[in-house]
Amino acid sequence: MKPDWRSHLPRLEDLAREHGLIWSPVIFEAVPDSFMTEIAVYGLPVRMPHWSFGARYIYQLLQRHMGYSRLFEVVFPGNPGRAYLASSNGLADNILVAAHVLGHADFSKNNLLFQRSQEQGSEHIIEHAASHARQIERDIESYGFNAVEKVLDAALSLEQYIDLDCGLRRERYPEYLPAPAPAPDDAFRSRFASLDADEQAIPSARKLRAPLPPHPEKDLLWFIATYAPEMESWERDIFLAVRAESFYFYPVYATQTMNEGWASYWHARLLREADFIAQDTYLDAIKCHSDVVRPIAAEEQIALAVNPYHLGFTLWEEIIKEGGIDAARQVMREDDDFSFLRNHLTRKMATDMGLFRYQKQSNGPVKVLAEDIDELRETLLHEKYNFGAPRVSVVEIRSNGTLVLEHNSEIDKRGLDTDGARKVLEYVIHVWRRPVLLRTVDAASKPVEISMDPAAAH
Amino acid sequence: MSSGPGSEPPAVPNAVNDWYELFSRGSRDWLRHSEKIREAVREHLPQIVAGSDIINDGARTVRVPVRMLEHYRFRLRSDSEPQGVGQGTAKPGDLLGPANTGNKPGGKGAGGTERGGPELLLEFKIDDIIDWMWEELRLPNLQPRVGQSEESEWKREGWDKRGARSRLDRRRSLKESVKRRGLKSSAPTFIDEDLRFRQLARRRQPALRAAVCFLLDVSASMTEGDRQLAKTFFFWVAAGLRRQYRSLDIVFVAHTTEAWEFSEADFFKVAGSGGTVASAGLSKVREIVSARFDPGTCNVYLFYASDGDNAVDDREHARTELEGIAKLARYAGYVEISSGLRSSQSETSRLFDAVGATGLSSGRCSIRDANDVATAVRHFFTIEAQAAAAGAAPEAPP
Repeated sequence: MKPDWRSHLPRLEDLAREHGLIWSPVIFEAVPDSFMTEIAVYGLPVRMPHWSFGARYIYQLLQRHMGYSRLFEVVFPGNPGRAYLASSNGLADNILVAAHVLGHADFSKNNLLFQRSQEQGSEHIIEHAASHARQIERDIESYGFNAVEKVLDAALSLEQYIDLDCGLRRERYPEYLPAPAPAPDDAFRSRFASLDADEQAIPSARKLRAPLPPHPEKDLLWFIATYAPEMESWERDIFLAVRAESFYFYPVYATQTMNEGWASYWHARLLREADFIAQDTYLDAIKCHSDVVRPIAAEEQIALAVNPYHLGFTLWEEIIKEGGIDAARQVMREDDDFSFLRNHLTRKMATDMGLFRYQKQSNGPVKVLAEDIDELRETLLHEKYNFGAPRVSVVEIRSNGTLVLEHNSEIDKRGLDTDGARKVLEYVIHVWRRPVLLRTVDAASKPVEISMDPAAAH
Repeated sequence: MSSGPGSEPPAVPNAVNDWYELFSRGSRDWLRHSEKIREAVREHLPQIVAGSDIINDGARTVRVPVRMLEHYRFRLRSDSEPQGVGQGTAKPGDLLGPANTGNKPGGKGAGGTERGGPELLLEFKIDDIIDWMWEELRLPNLQPRVGQSEESEWKREGWDKRGARSRLDRRRSLKESVKRRGLKSSAPTFIDEDLRFRQLARRRQPALRAAVCFLLDVSASMTEGDRQLAKTFFFWVAAGLRRQYRSLDIVFVAHTTEAWEFSEADFFKVAGSGGTVASAGLSKVREIVSARFDPGTCNVYLFYASDGDNAVDDREHARTELEGIAKLARYAGYVEISSGLRSSQSETSRLFDAVGATGLSSGRCSIRDANDVATAVRHFFTIEAQAAAAGAAPEAPP
């Protein structure tokens, strides 16, 4: 019988510790491929039911059957972290995956973005997500499947709209404006006051209502759950559940290149130095490694996408070669993909890797654009802001309860797709229960308003 | 961690938690997605039907291509010339043909933002569609007119000691055996005397036969779209009548200034030229009805689709013909296809109003586009159901 990959785990961990990796304990578990696909689609091992996941699941299943992609592992940061390994992995795959997981665990324990999200509760995201799912099952029993589904339609369609700067737990906005600070009691003021005692301004006792929201509000999920005029409390809970999961997803999303690159660097390095692994197993594992970090599928010359494993791995190798492990660890702690690529993807590296910028022409072949490293970085990153979603915020609640949303087209220079936006508003009026209005721009950059009234919709 | 194509097959299976296989959330949510697609298709029934040639019993299913449902999010207007970053041996200014665009979605997360996705081909049973339609329109089921016409049929009735083996009633026979053995303690279990056979008798039944004549105006003023609307309407009428009657004969007649009978396949392709003389079509229908169907045993329906421009000098003649049909038929309906705008009442609708006013059962309705078809169908069947209820009430069967 071949030795189990688990027997190698303690020695891999010793090796990792010698290199200064620090991580919370990880529970490894082998699961069937279909479950791996589910984790990839739902993002979490147990998550709320929704038909949109079903559509994505079938799509992924088709991809897998056609051999397009294969998942080896999914790891969830936390204390303890959890790693799910595909049961179809071979021995060499699993040794490689175990080393890879240690890299991820080190990253999520030390990266600041992860740390903050872990402190806010993502440490137990698996348990939280499972309890959200259970609560939603109970809601289905109490309020009916269709009622719950409508709330989930709305909540999940806004799932990208959270505000990381304000954190997971937020207080309501103050209802009244703060009283103006009393003027300093200086010589000038007392002389001025003595001019005419009767005319002295009497501070009005009436407090002024603060505008709501006081500034454009990015966290649509929180805002709707908090201020919707007639939302039921179970509906608010569903919104907040979706929101909590989005807070967990953000660091995963915003550090993908760094994180996968870091884990790939460490699996390669740990395996290279693991003299306790049999030679043929090592060769199998290294072949698997090169499949994972290869830039372009073997049969092709050019890819119109960049493999994040390859990009991250190449950058980390360069950073460690230049500055050593300590400098790299500092970068790992402090950066996210935005700063990582902007600071470390140099022109020379982009050229060496053969990265290029292209433009799809509306009717014709794809055109390769002139070299420009700044533009190239921004093109790589522009899909990453805000989960890749257009910026939409709440700007006003009108006196009749109308929720006014505004799309910021200054940044993306394009308007929203109005048909899709209308559908989203249809979802939203179901929970807001008052009219909802969205401002964006049309193809000619002229302002347009889309409004939806729940009274008219029924 | 994930990789592209060409990975090694599995080598050593690890100990796996079996319970993961027991319950697939992905499949559960996929079933819900399919259910929602069916609901979405239900909302577009008239459009589905308008597209296929299904009036007579040809195919019993329709295939409808559907997209995967999209869960909408805020999204930017699509960029006609999007930019991206690729990797490989390309120099600035190169034009990459679509052949070597390695357009494969990578591991996780890919495909979620793309529009469209795979298309599914759903097959629907026409009977299901009709049932949905009836639910949707909340149409009453028609009551056949009893007493007016009858036919005879074999019914199961009573038992006898002799009969065909296939009609042996075992329960009844056993009861007889038990009764007999109750009187005498030592008796054989079964004797021929115990056997009971079901009997058949001929009984008269209310007629469940109907004939429907579809009369279509194909004069120059009727466009392709108008004929399509008429077809959709006729389909639903036929479907509705078929729900009620065991056998339904359909007659297709088209007319301009003359009239011809057609097969279904040809009926909707006919494009005539020239003017409209409704009486020509109506007299053809009357001829067919009186030759083939006996109003005593058959419920005859006429549905006439036209744009309403009948020749003015045909008024009297058309009226005589229509009254002739209306006396034979159970119902005569007129549906005006008016895709254009019309303010005044058309010649043909005046004709049907006049006949309706004399107390014969007839009615009319107008259709502007595909969405009106359902309304028109509902209109006719509601009237028909009310008439049937009124007619059937005094002599309702026990």
